[in-house]
Amino acid sequence: MKSSSGGNAVKLFCMRNAVPIVFLLVSSVGIYYSQFTAEYLIQEMLTRLARNSFLVLSLLIPIMAGMGLNFGMVLGAMAGQIGLIFISDWNISGLYGMTLAALIATPLAILFGWMCGVVLNKARGREMVTSYILGFFMNGVYQLAVLYGFGSLVPILNPELVLSRGYGIRNVTNLDNIRGTLDNAIELEIMGIHVPLATFLLIGLFCAFIVWFRRTKLGQDMRATGQDLSVAHSAGIPVMRTRIISIVISTVLAAYGQIIFLQNVGTLNTYNSHEQAGVFAIASLLVGGATVARASILNVFTGVLLFHLMFVVSPMAGKYLVGDAQIGEYFRVFVCYAIISLALVLHAWRRHADKERARAALRGEAGGAA
Amino acid sequence: MNRIKKFIEEAGWPRILIAVFLVVLFLVAPFVGVPVDAALSDTLVRFGMNGVLVLAMVPMVQSGCGLNFGLPLGIIAGLLGAVTSVELEAKGIPGVFTAMLIATPIAVVLGWGYGLLLNKVKGEEMMIATYVGFSSVAFMCIMWLVLPYSSSNMVWGYAGVGLRTTVSVEEFWQRAISDVAAFNIGDAFYFPTGMFLFFLLLCGVMWIFMRTRTGTAMTTVGSNPDYARASGVNINRMRTLSVILSTWLGALGIIVYEQSFGFIQLYMGPFMMAFPAVAALLIGGASVKKASIVNVIVGTFLFQGILTMTPSVINSMLQTDMSEVIRIIVSNGMILYALTRVTKVRS
Repeated sequence: MKSSSGGNAVKLFCMRNAVPIVFLLVSSVGIYYSQFTAEYLIQEMLTRLARNSFLVLSLLIPIMAGMGLNFGMVLGAMAGQIGLIFISDWNISGLYGMTLAALIATPLAILFGWMCGVVLNKARGREMVTSYILGFFMNGVYQLAVLYGFGSLVPILNPELVLSRGYGIRNVTNLDNIRGTLDNAIELEIMGIHVPLATFLLIGLFCAFIVWFRRTKLGQDMRATGQDLSVAHSAGIPVMRTRIISIVISTVLAAYGQIIFLQNVGTLNTYNSHEQAGVFAIASLLVGGATVARASILNVFTGVLLFHLMFVVSPMAGKYLVGDAQIGEYFRVFVCYAIISLALVLHAWRRHADKERARAALRGEAGGAA
Repeated sequence: MNRIKKFIEEAGWPRILIAVFLVVLFLVAPFVGVPVDAALSDTLVRFGMNGVLVLAMVPMVQSGCGLNFGLPLGIIAGLLGAVTSVELEAKGIPGVFTAMLIATPIAVVLGWGYGLLLNKVKGEEMMIATYVGFSSVAFMCIMWLVLPYSSSNMVWGYAGVGLRTTVSVEEFWQRAISDVAAFNIGDAFYFPTGMFLFFLLLCGVMWIFMRTRTGTAMTTVGSNPDYARASGVNINRMRTLSVILSTWLGALGIIVYEQSFGFIQLYMGPFMMAFPAVAALLIGGASVKKASIVNVIVGTFLFQGILTMTPSVINSMLQTDMSEVIRIIVSNGMILYALTRVTKVRS
């Protein structure tokens, strides 16, 4: 405590943002070695920011409600994909198609989210691992429905979507009818770099929604629930209901996020797209300096930017640095998982230390050494 | 009637449904043209292959560290042992034991570090274990490319460096343990006696260990940490020991698996291997806090039985292969059931 207050502030800033700072350093080394042009990188970052931000933003509300990282957001992604399958079947294109897909996805996502919320309420204290397994479980149900139900129980008109055996959706669904519709809805080019303005407007709108939502009664209830379950309960907040609502909102938003993501990508990997959505979104958020208990809008954008910067840069950097792109490829997979483990460990560690300290305080000065 | 009710309550609906499902599969099999002897033999072989991996869950569950989703860490130790034994060109039973011998110190060191980590994060073990497993597999993907192995049986032919995705052990120790005193009945029924004996030996040792002073202390730590501390048990030491044991059994488990399977699967191979093992243990009647050897044996048999029987039976009945989907739903449904049940009992 001897150092000046300014030094302390810097120290605190570094400690709080250790993860983004490390990432920035690693990426800048990567950028140097990857030999990409600035133009390419900026374009790539803008595209990816537009593509992924919405998905990552959908994670914020459950964190506020104290339910940790919502690995169950893949349920929402599945709902979004089902909506997309239907509109490509009916061949409805453009913004109408996207809106219709979102409309179809909404009730499904509400249903999934409600289910997820009920399950998580039964597994209090281990929400993250439960939502994670729930994602796997629902992946099985989704496959059952899409691979066996679609085309047999659910009528699919377009034979191009269906596997040659007569039912089940093909591995890859082409989304040509909505590819880039939102990104190109408002044309804007700055110095040869295409800016997906409409998507950014939508994301901005959504950020405003989150800021507003935090101030509502429901938002305040959620924060109280996140702080302390039993205190919130005795204050008369319907705790279980609030938790379910937070998961429902997150799931619905994840569905929209997945639709936005896929309209940019342009192809739907029917059986894989949703699996990656969760892992990448969560890793991005954590890279942005969020923790399991605290996440802000700023964390989202920093995270998406830094995470995807590394994602773009690492294969080429690996190739020029060690002569093997494969190593860079594996490196980014490793970083993706390592960053999640690190964040989880740090969070659990801190919580554990807090608990110990609270107990030591109860015991008084003498027992402090335990 | 009461006894039946009590039995159902204790075993839980999902387990009974799964057992009934398996029995139905075996009953239906002959009528849809699936040869029962081959199916049974397959089930037994897979049971032996996966048994040790499921057994590796027990110490950690007993000491209160939860389900070992970090099993890939142990598997990696086993893989390193296996790959090194192939590099040394060790063959037959000595080959398998060389692999195990090399894997042991690696597993102990990795398990020790993993145990220390889990001691720092009590209450969040399972989520962190999952990601420790994932990141270690991803890290090893880099290592497999870089490690200086040079045996022509294992490295990529054209580059001369980096291990292949799958390494065959056919010339070295394929079925070295399985074939000890193995016998055939008819054409299709093969019984891997050696593998069963090895699995039962490990089960027996574990059973005895759980009844020693240390084993009892470990169980106490899991079921009532405060009581354990009051009795003078060092909680963290017991937990670390259990994690080391689990990791080591995981290493042995994967070697047993490989010698029967005939291939060493590197890179992303071990990525998802924890989940079937966890599901098998839970199907056998274990919970997140309690697991016994009987749970291991029953669970592995039921789970592997379903995995073997569903593709063949459902295929012949519906002309489609739904086995993958059924596997996903059954195994994750089972884990989900166990996770949501624990808190219900507690509150």
